[in-house]
Amino acid sequence: MIVQGLIFYLFATVAVASAVMVIAARHPVHSVLFLILAFFNAGGLFVLMGAEFLAMILVVVYVGAVAVLFLFVVMMLDVDAVRLREGFLHYLPIGGMVGLVLFAELAVIVGGYFSGEAVTGVHGGAPAMPGPAVGAIANTEALGRVLYTDYVYLFQAAGLVLLVAMIGSIVLTLRQREGVKHQNVSRQVARQPEDVVEVVKVQTGSGV
Amino acid sequence: MLQIGLEHYLIVAAILFTLGLLGIFLNRKNVIVILMSVELMLLAVNINLVAFSTHMQDLTGQIFAIFVLTVAAAEAAIGLAILVVYHRNRGSIEVEDINLMKG
Repeated sequence: MIVQGLIFYLFATVAVASAVMVIAARHPVHSVLFLILAFFNAGGLFVLMGAEFLAMILVVVYVGAVAVLFLFVVMMLDVDAVRLREGFLHYLPIGGMVGLVLFAELAVIVGGYFSGEAVTGVHGGAPAMPGPAVGAIANTEALGRVLYTDYVYLFQAAGLVLLVAMIGSIVLTLRQREGVKHQNVSRQVARQPEDVVEVVKVQTGSGV
Repeated sequence: MLQIGLEHYLIVAAILFTLGLLGIFLNRKNVIVILMSVELMLLAVNINLVAFSTHMQDLTGQIFAIFVLTVAAAEAAIGLAILVVYHRNRGSIEVEDINLMKG
């Protein structure tokens, strides 16, 4: 139990520290790298909570896809790092005030929640989708059994969301540049000899 | 102190969410950092969902966290695509320049 507590504090501290660095780093590339660190440590927290599948998904999807996408865009856009930091102190008072108020509210909610009665599910104490007994089946299998039966329509809708996102980003970033020489296959295939080949009878000695 | 319960995870998630909000307020120049802050806030939401899911022995929270993850990935892809197109057209991604719809 002590080891679990120490590991929790390790992961939580590193996650919070790297989250601070995400918003405070001087260069956007450093921000992305700290974001990756924060996601890794949040994955560790998920493992501690017993959600192994979500932890792996977090590492694969976020670190493998989203963070790399961010890295690509940051490096592709080549933004001026120094100019981007202007105005940081200008917005610090109002930003800090809003952040403090929000955190105080969240802390009050958490504090008030735990000084009251014990946490129960929405259905009067009984969980809507009871998890398996500890050690009965793996977390991944339990999730799969629920996801592909009770939540199959939502699962399909999530796939649709991803499809729309994929098509949308392709359509947005696709561009036809002017003045680029490239092969037009349909025009080539549709070309007929009688349209383009001209037979000329040349008189001897007169030239074309 | 070393007995880790639900409230510890909730506090961590609250700190992460607040940091994400602070990032949106403080970085008024760089849209990419704002997008990253939104990702941080979504991560905090996911930590909350999984913490309650474990606490109540209810798998619905983890299912919902998967869907939040899906939507976050889609949002990042679309947001970055818009950013690339904007940078191509205007040559800048500063927040203060993006006021074309202001009227």
